[in-house]
Amino acid sequence: MDLIADHISHRFGALEVLDDVSFTVGAGEVVAIVGPSGCGKSTLLSILGGLLQPSAGAAELRGAPPPESLNPLTFVFQDFALLPWCTVEENVEFPLQHGGLTPSERNRIVDDALQRTGLSDFRGTLPKQLSGGMRQRVGIARALAVRPAILLLDEPLSALDSQTRELLMEDFARLLADGAIGAVYVTHNLEEAVRLADRIVLLSRRPGRVREVVTIPLTRSERGDIHAREKLLALQNELWSLIRDEAIDAEREVQHA
Amino acid sequence: MLERANDQASSPQAGNTELRPVAFRGAGFAPIAGRYAGFLSLVLAIGLWQLAGSAGIVNSLFLPTPIAVVRAIWQLALSGVLWQHLGYSIMRIGTGWILGTVTGIIIGFGIGLSSLARGVGITFISALFPIPKIALLPLLILWLGIGEEPKIATIALGVFFSTAISVYSGVDAVPRNLIRMAQSFNVPFHAIVRRVIWPGALPSILAGFRITASIALLLVVSAEMIGAEYGIGAFVLQAGNLMQTDQLLAGVVILSLFGLAVGRLINRLETQLLHWR
Repeated sequence: MDLIADHISHRFGALEVLDDVSFTVGAGEVVAIVGPSGCGKSTLLSILGGLLQPSAGAAELRGAPPPESLNPLTFVFQDFALLPWCTVEENVEFPLQHGGLTPSERNRIVDDALQRTGLSDFRGTLPKQLSGGMRQRVGIARALAVRPAILLLDEPLSALDSQTRELLMEDFARLLADGAIGAVYVTHNLEEAVRLADRIVLLSRRPGRVREVVTIPLTRSERGDIHAREKLLALQNELWSLIRDEAIDAEREVQHA
Repeated sequence: MLERANDQASSPQAGNTELRPVAFRGAGFAPIAGRYAGFLSLVLAIGLWQLAGSAGIVNSLFLPTPIAVVRAIWQLALSGVLWQHLGYSIMRIGTGWILGTVTGIIIGFGIGLSSLARGVGITFISALFPIPKIALLPLLILWLGIGEEPKIATIALGVFFSTAISVYSGVDAVPRNLIRMAQSFNVPFHAIVRRVIWPGALPSILAGFRITASIALLLVVSAEMIGAEYGIGAFVLQAGNLMQTDQLLAGVVILSLFGLAVGRLINRLETQLLHWR
């Protein structure tokens, strides 16, 4: 199943946020969206996931979702969006309770998702008792439980400390390695983008337009070794040089707002 | 290979200068209620009150001693008069509070969830909320007669407005990201209300209960003072008219104890329902 951004534009009142954004996310492909602060990355993701109506253009799907998928387009949120009154297990089970599954099917799916994210020992724990990294694991487990075709990741690591971010980045890399799940990965962190994505859509400052679409010249399996790291770092620097001036302008704009 | 650095402070070269502790500047601004301070101060105040009465410093007609008040409560309990008055008050508070709370929750959720209800509801609530509800009692007596109905309706009205406001404020305060999360998983509307909005609004609703319990107590006493034969408010008024100040204060103490008991009940509800906070 492909996800297509088809000439999407959006404005909040007089504020033009996105202007004619188009690209396609192929099945199993990971596309990162990067750009300066306020360029409309998260707005674009909300539109792609059907949580926001664009002012013009459309988000479209091409091809049938995998038959076992309960929610083909599934978000992982920056602030985790866990129900604080529910345990880890209940949070993961939450989206399954309205999909016509039997309790035993739900239990099996939840067990599997908790095991894949290393949360089996925390099933009865409340979110407030977990670290930021563990909370995001719960968010990932909840997303995996509905067997998505495409994950919509809205800066999923930005609220975490650098060590936890590194660990979760490795988890994401493993999760997306076999190409069974595609992803749109919104981030302002270029390192995350070059390490996880197949392609990077570079947005201009507001109103966000597609400035460049960069293909990462390494397969995901090649990115582990030291030479690949050097190449990725060079690419990261190249991307930074592309957006640096606009990032500075965007920062000044925020300061003067 | 990692090169390990020496700790400069423990090296011999650093030993010539005198060491002095860093001054602690983080004290205060963290008040903690002492475990026994409240209880002891209450006992002290009652003791002084008793002493002033026993020593004849204060005229017992105007301020009977605590022992006299306790004795009056005891006699009222033994004679059954206390239970009769208390029973009427509890019936009025209970019925009025439940009526006001149920309608307040329904209307509050309506305002929190529907644009139409919000447009209409907030206008009416803003206009009617500031009216002292006890002022409506004469009108309610005209409409509903002189029985229990106008007293219960007065309490229900007082409770309704505060409940509706606390409910829609609570619904508004539910983090939008949780609602968007549920929508992103195609969770149906009724399930979002039940599983996300209701528990999310519960802290505000329970805080509202605390306020409406006080309002109900205030209104029941006022309503009973205006037009009732039985009830703690009526009892306090009668005792005042007869200069039976020990009985009057006995009624006041009963009201205070009732308020405390309701407060405890709400505390317990909060502990059970909001354990996740």
